[in-house]
Amino acid sequence: MKESVLFERVILGSTEEAKDIILQLVNLSAYFCESRIVKNINLAIEKNKVTSIMGPSGCGKTTLIRCINRMHEMSPGGTTKGEILLYGKDINNMNAIEVRKKIGMVFQRPNPFPTMTIYENVIAGFILNGIRLPKNIMDEIVEDSLSKAALWDEVKHNLGKRGIYLSGGQQQRLCIARALAMKPDVLLLDEPTSALDPKATAKIEELIVQLKESVTILIVTHNIAQAARVSDNTAFLYLGELVEYEPTKKLFTIPRDKRTEEYLTGKYG
Amino acid sequence: MNNEVIIDKIFKGSLRAVGLVLLGIPLLLLGVMFFYSLPSIKAFGFRFIVGQTWDPVKGMYGGLPFLVGTLLTSLIALVISFPFSFSTALLLSEYLEGGILANMLKSAIELLAGIPSVIYGFWGLIVLVPLLRKLEMTMGIPPYGVSIFGASIILSIMIIPYASTMSREVMRLVPGDIKEAAYSLGGTHWEVIKRVVIPTSRSGIFAGILLALGRALGETMAVTMIIGNKNQLTFNVFEPGNTMASVIANEFTEASDTLYLSSLIELGLLLFVVTAIINFLGRKIIERYEIKGDDGALLNE
Ligand SMILES: Nc1ncnc2c1ncn2[C@@H]1O[C@H](COP(=O)(O)OP(=O)(O)OP(=O)(O)O)[C@@H](O)[C@H]1O
Ligand SMILES: [Mg+2]
Repeated sequence: MKESVLFERVILGSTEEAKDIILQLVNLSAYFCESRIVKNINLAIEKNKVTSIMGPSGCGKTTLIRCINRMHEMSPGGTTKGEILLYGKDINNMNAIEVRKKIGMVFQRPNPFPTMTIYENVIAGFILNGIRLPKNIMDEIVEDSLSKAALWDEVKHNLGKRGIYLSGGQQQRLCIARALAMKPDVLLLDEPTSALDPKATAKIEELIVQLKESVTILIVTHNIAQAARVSDNTAFLYLGELVEYEPTKKLFTIPRDKRTEEYLTGKYG
Repeated sequence: MNNEVIIDKIFKGSLRAVGLVLLGIPLLLLGVMFFYSLPSIKAFGFRFIVGQTWDPVKGMYGGLPFLVGTLLTSLIALVISFPFSFSTALLLSEYLEGGILANMLKSAIELLAGIPSVIYGFWGLIVLVPLLRKLEMTMGIPPYGVSIFGASIILSIMIIPYASTMSREVMRLVPGDIKEAAYSLGGTHWEVIKRVVIPTSRSGIFAGILLALGRALGETMAVTMIIGNKNQLTFNVFEPGNTMASVIANEFTEASDTLYLSSLIELGLLLFVVTAIINFLGRKIIERYEIKGDDGALLNE
């Protein structure tokens, strides 16, 4: 599906230069039944950049990014208000299935499909959607996705092995490859390294920086240092509200809001 | 030695004793049955299993008709019941979350498991057998009514709860994060069920089928009432037949001489062995399909 690509030129923060915006949240609120978890968020995400969302536990980070690929509405009681524009089109008016193909997601805990091999896991999106492609094209997609996820060299001789036999870090990269195989425009990562050791974490962080050439990345993280290392822009969320959204460097050196400063200095843990 | 160590020892010792007793019961059962089967084993040997004639008057005892009857009724029952048990399991685990219909359906299935088999037998005689007779008349075949097919239908209803409950539980246990991953890749509900839920729970679904089969193989009362108790070898399911369990129940009180009694007991032994073999094979299949994970993507959930 190729529709006319519409870039919105938006001024972000206080920088004067115009930017390519791929995704724009307009007055977005998210609810679980009656309780409003995400409150009236306005956020413009730059194309081919890494944007991190940080904030204390329970502030609504997961809920927020689950709105963006329409997964929030699948939770019992989950509803949203406001607009989420992908290339200027509201995803809430699109078919949810199509939205999820364009906006991929990687979860906190690695979750490869236990019955599938590494190969099948990578093309799981095609299997799930009943899309049959010639073998050589499948092979290409698998190699390409695994290479992008920096996993190809480690698994190329074991593609027929079950995905769950890999280490945690490898499993998470397999999940990234699985999401990349669908050629998404945006990749949502929900604390992708919180279940991993430092070495595996470093590998994934390196990967994220490489990936932004081909896909826009939105990463939720608890880890302030991680946000500083990988992201171009950072949003700070507190009690469901967007407190501050700035280029990462700026937000970390001269936070505008007192709450951001307190978070960065470890007051909220 | 202080008190705690002693208590610990006693506790361990008694647990071990209970374990040994439980291990001993089936062995003892097997031993006793084997001992009482000896006269018949000596008289017929392997012919007991392949012999087609069961004639107490002539002192001829061949168990093949009952072996066939047992396997036939059980397998047909399994085939009939599977669509029902599988679809109710799917409905309850994936489509209905709580709600009146779900609760009613669950209770109905539990109720099926709780009904005494003699009542199934009655129901079969009063309702099912006349219906079958009508069906057989329109088909232009001898209208026995009581038949292997009738017994299979009753059995199929009786075993639904076993397969259904087990499949429902394993499908419910499929980790939510795996399903979420599938949805996040653009899967529809049906695709997620087909590609993730069913493959992930297939060993459990199979275990449920096995449980149901075990139940069907040994079911006695209801089958005895409907199968027609004819000691003949037949593969025609619209004819009366007999199963191992039902012939034992029927003829045990009449068994006047040692050989007759011993042959009936050997049938029991055969049933025991058949059930054990099927269980063993089933377990092998389950193991093959079981999903094992090192750091437990599935098993630690
Ligand atoms: N399924 C749910 N039903 C009702 N309330 C929920 C549900 N999931 C989350 N919440 C509530 O929504 C709020 C935000 O949760 P969310 O998971 O988005 O936070 P988070 O910022 O991702 O936290 P963490 O950093 O711990 O992952 C919490 O107060 C939580 O109690
Ligand atoms: Mg979270």
